[in-house]
Amino acid sequence: MSTLVEYVGNVAETVTTIFEGMAITFSHFVRRPMTIQYPDRIEKPVQEMLPLRYRGILEVDLDICTGCLACERVCPITCITIGIEMNKETKQRSFSHFDIDICKCMYCGLCAEICPTGSIRHSQEFEGACYNPAGLVRHFVTEPVPLYKPKKGGETDAQMITKVELGLKYLDEFATPEEKVGGAGAEEG
Amino acid sequence: MQAFVDQLIQEGYFPGLPKEIIYLGAMLLAALVVLSFFVAPLAGITSWLERRVWARMQSRVGPNRVGPQGILQWLADGIKNLLKEDIIPSAADKWLFVLAPYIVFVGFLATFVVIPFGSQLIVADLNIGIFYLLAVTSLVVVGILMAGWASNNKWSLLGGMRSAAQIVSYEIPAGLAVLTIIFVAGTMSMQGIIKAQGWAPWDWFLFYNPFTFVAFFLYFTAALAEGNRTPFDIPEAESELVAGYVTEYSGMRFLFFFFAEWGNLYVIGAIATTLFLGGWQVPPVTDNPVLIGVLQFMVFFLKAYFWVFVAMWVRGTLPRVRVDQLMSACWKYLVPLSFVSLLGTAAWMVLYPKGNRLASFGMFLMGVAILLLFFKRVNYQIRHSRPEIYWKPYI
Repeated sequence: MSTLVEYVGNVAETVTTIFEGMAITFSHFVRRPMTIQYPDRIEKPVQEMLPLRYRGILEVDLDICTGCLACERVCPITCITIGIEMNKETKQRSFSHFDIDICKCMYCGLCAEICPTGSIRHSQEFEGACYNPAGLVRHFVTEPVPLYKPKKGGETDAQMITKVELGLKYLDEFATPEEKVGGAGAEEG
Repeated sequence: MQAFVDQLIQEGYFPGLPKEIIYLGAMLLAALVVLSFFVAPLAGITSWLERRVWARMQSRVGPNRVGPQGILQWLADGIKNLLKEDIIPSAADKWLFVLAPYIVFVGFLATFVVIPFGSQLIVADLNIGIFYLLAVTSLVVVGILMAGWASNNKWSLLGGMRSAAQIVSYEIPAGLAVLTIIFVAGTMSMQGIIKAQGWAPWDWFLFYNPFTFVAFFLYFTAALAEGNRTPFDIPEAESELVAGYVTEYSGMRFLFFFFAEWGNLYVIGAIATTLFLGGWQVPPVTDNPVLIGVLQFMVFFLKAYFWVFVAMWVRGTLPRVRVDQLMSACWKYLVPLSFVSLLGTAAWMVLYPKGNRLASFGMFLMGVAILLLFFKRVNYQIRHSRPEIYWKPYI
């Protein structure tokens, strides 16, 4: 008798569980798919949807770079090479080259953390496909650029103010350790 | 079909030709038309639709790039597979290896001879129609076993053996469920079975009595197993057997097996529709014979295709069963239950020789109640996770 009860119970369990399972999958059938149809058929590019702290390909704003070489020194795999020349007559120091090899970069973020002005930073760009490795070396200097020197009484040029503020804001968001107020830790919660 | 050709001969369209040659030509033409204008697009679009339905059930999008919403994906797949190299393993039994896909394909395509798409639209209304169907679908197992053996690969062989065991076992509940309907209809002719039913749901054999209601689900389960569909796809279980009996196949030969599988889904739906769901029966709304024909075809097609959708849906829901579970489900549960439904129907026919309209109507109401309960459960699922609802079929 108990065998018969078990038998009928098995049949009933099979039918009811399949019924319930079919209901679950049908409810998923009418839900919006999670897929983001990269790279097209989305409202705005993926780059614009990424958070500020996203570690994309490195970019340098040479207008606010002091040429302290901290990034070059801290980089564990020396993918950053900076050349600085001094003009003998004007005593003006300027960049001769500032290259970042994206092939080597491991996106650790140490250079962006240590930069005093926030001029080197991770962009939201991540599409680096290219036909040969040489194309992945980013050259930021096309003609010699003078080094940035912070003015004593603060910036006066409006364009420079926004650039400096942007750099400091990036530093605040990206490089500030988690314990500090207003840093990245607060944003993530 | 034969009557139409006879009429053409009578009117003198083919002077001086022997009758046999004309019949042969007509048969080849009919097969060609059915294959290239109905079966091939149907199987192809089913493959695309299955991927879309399955994807939506897993919160994905599915193929939607080739053509509008990816509807031409099957053409792209077909062209790609045609251009692939046709590899025959050096250790394989060459003749059997080459022959196997055709046997599978013939076994599937021969079913279209007796599928009634309308009261006039049938190739041949054999008086043993459903018996013929059971016979030719069993031919598929020969091809699968042949493919498994000829590949000379242990996965292929295991897949072929599993498939043989599975199809031979599940033939019994499927046959008994079909026999239940043959009892009620009193004929094996496909058109005869449909004519014994009515257009209204309570005149369908599905709601004839509680036993035929059970027999329908038994038939559908057994048919899924015969078609090597999930949850009974152990012959090609990719996590254990790579691809089962198709492991060594490539290019178009590989595609032939899947062509047959997807086409077979429609055949399952068509048989279920014929036996249980009233076939092409339409309410008497018009006297125009052409309009009635179109309406019958559409009704039949939609009913059959709904069960194709259900098969996709089952595939998106249930996990694959183990070999021992498969066998115990068949021999311990499906076979006894189908015997119960057979004997129950026989007893019912003794009690009510003309059928019981009241009980049929009650069964119909029960079916509606089950459907309502189902949507209640769906609603429960949606209410509890509060997802973003997206009704549109396209994205």
